[in-house]
Amino acid sequence: MSLVLGIETSCDETGIGIVRGSTLLANVISSSMEEHARYGGVVPEVAARAHLEAIEPAIRAALAEAGVTLADLDAIAVTSGPGLAGALMVGVGAAKALALALDRPLYAVNHLVGHVGADVLRDDGTALELPTVALLVSGGHTSLLLVRDLTSDVELLGETIDDAAGEAFDKVARLLGLPYPGGPHIDRVAAEGDPAAIRFPRGLTLPKDLERHRYDFSFSGLKTAVARHVERLRDAGQEVPVADVAASFREAVADVLTAKAVAACQDLGVPRLLLGGGVVANARVRALAEERAAAAGVSLRIPPLALCTDNGAMIAALGAQLIAAGHAPSALDVSADSTLPVTHIQA
Amino acid sequence: MILAIDTSAGTSVALLDEDGTVIAERSTPDTRRHAEVIGPFLAEVLAAAPDVRGSLTAVAAGIGPGPFTGLRVGLAAARVLALGLGIPVLGVPSHEAVALRLLVAGEVAGRFAVVTDARRREVAVTVYIAALPIPAEAEPAHLVERLAFAPAPGLTVHEVAEIPAVWLARAAQARSAAGASFSDAAPLYLRAPDVTLAAPKRVSA
Ligand SMILES: [Zn+2]
Repeated sequence: MSLVLGIETSCDETGIGIVRGSTLLANVISSSMEEHARYGGVVPEVAARAHLEAIEPAIRAALAEAGVTLADLDAIAVTSGPGLAGALMVGVGAAKALALALDRPLYAVNHLVGHVGADVLRDDGTALELPTVALLVSGGHTSLLLVRDLTSDVELLGETIDDAAGEAFDKVARLLGLPYPGGPHIDRVAAEGDPAAIRFPRGLTLPKDLERHRYDFSFSGLKTAVARHVERLRDAGQEVPVADVAASFREAVADVLTAKAVAACQDLGVPRLLLGGGVVANARVRALAEERAAAAGVSLRIPPLALCTDNGAMIAALGAQLIAAGHAPSALDVSADSTLPVTHIQA
Repeated sequence: MILAIDTSAGTSVALLDEDGTVIAERSTPDTRRHAEVIGPFLAEVLAAAPDVRGSLTAVAAGIGPGPFTGLRVGLAAARVLALGLGIPVLGVPSHEAVALRLLVAGEVAGRFAVVTDARRREVAVTVYIAALPIPAEAEPAHLVERLAFAPAPGLTVHEVAEIPAVWLARAAQARSAAGASFSDAAPLYLRAPDVTLAAPKRVSA
């Protein structure tokens, strides 16, 4: 079993993970989230600066956590895309240097497929069954994938055509005067609210939209609808029922995410749904996914939360899977590709 | 042996012997492909002599100034290469490589400025006083509006588009030999990140 170190720098988390085959040995995450808080969203230049400062200490910490030395490593894996270009380049530059310093092969992999790969690291003894539909939702992406083979056959079913779902949570949180990141704060406030208080729009769910965008998402209209609602109340001098707005907004997001994911399972005859990405931490998204999957006879898999948010262990795990499947290493001139398509599992 | 990396302009990687003899060098003026070319460049210089990995004593890193995205690629590579090889990383201002080259070639005397493009109609300027073995900084790297940049009388200006890693390595060797200190390889950004703290905009009229 290959001992692989994975480097993830696609957004605001510097993640270094170490795995042996499908066994997790270390998962070190250094987040620049607090530096972005005052701006209400991830600032790419701030994220890229933080990656440069964090990467070497995070590698040292991961080696210590795993109890291995650099010389023990068999391969280096790195996220080459999709993600923020300047942030990705820090990881790619570092990964190439580490692979060359140690004279080990480099595997440049797809961040989204990495989220699916995280599932092989769960320690409950159950293996990922394929094919599976995967719903990956975070501040940086909202994608629905069909995974037939983790290392050779992944298809994009749909993705957001505007904001990522996590971004919508951040923007609505700002509107409501809640702190960044929006997800956990909206979740907290929404617990006291009525999810049926306001009927916010569900993006791309009308019949005419479904023809072209059956599995795509859109959250820009929802965000605008929430803003309009809040402005109307404030203009009229009324108090904004923050809990109800938060709960109704969260319900709209959870509804459309889970409805489309379960519909994909049914349409494609794939009775398995995997969730990944930081939005999995959202209690309502999880609960509604469980409820709808059960009703549709779809088995639902959710990796542990520490492996759902962006991390290097999932990148290392995908690298180890590629090695086990006999894939050749990536070329040393591989680039960071901010729009790397999901069909490119390895770059 | 010393390996030097500079990505503050194009990408330049060099491998030198202890006495400053160049063993291998790879450079490109391309300012858009740092993350790609750093891999093959490093691979080639590491393969240029027997047991380079075991013979290297330090990695010299150009700390800029330069456009941030590219600059970070070289610094990340230098720091992690040094970590992987268990040797120190020596941060050297990128302009110092040019200053040393000019001094050794006898092209400068007195006070002189090394200038590179900083984008956004600005230039990055470091003013040196001719001195060997280490060029002395009279004014550390700073940004000046290109059109407003008026060098003082007697100050010669040398604007360059490339930073040679060979001379960065020699600058590091000169500092080492003289017992001078090195920076901790922190980048010379000279600019705060671009961020706008816009309040949420109204969506209804
Ligand atoms: Zn992600």
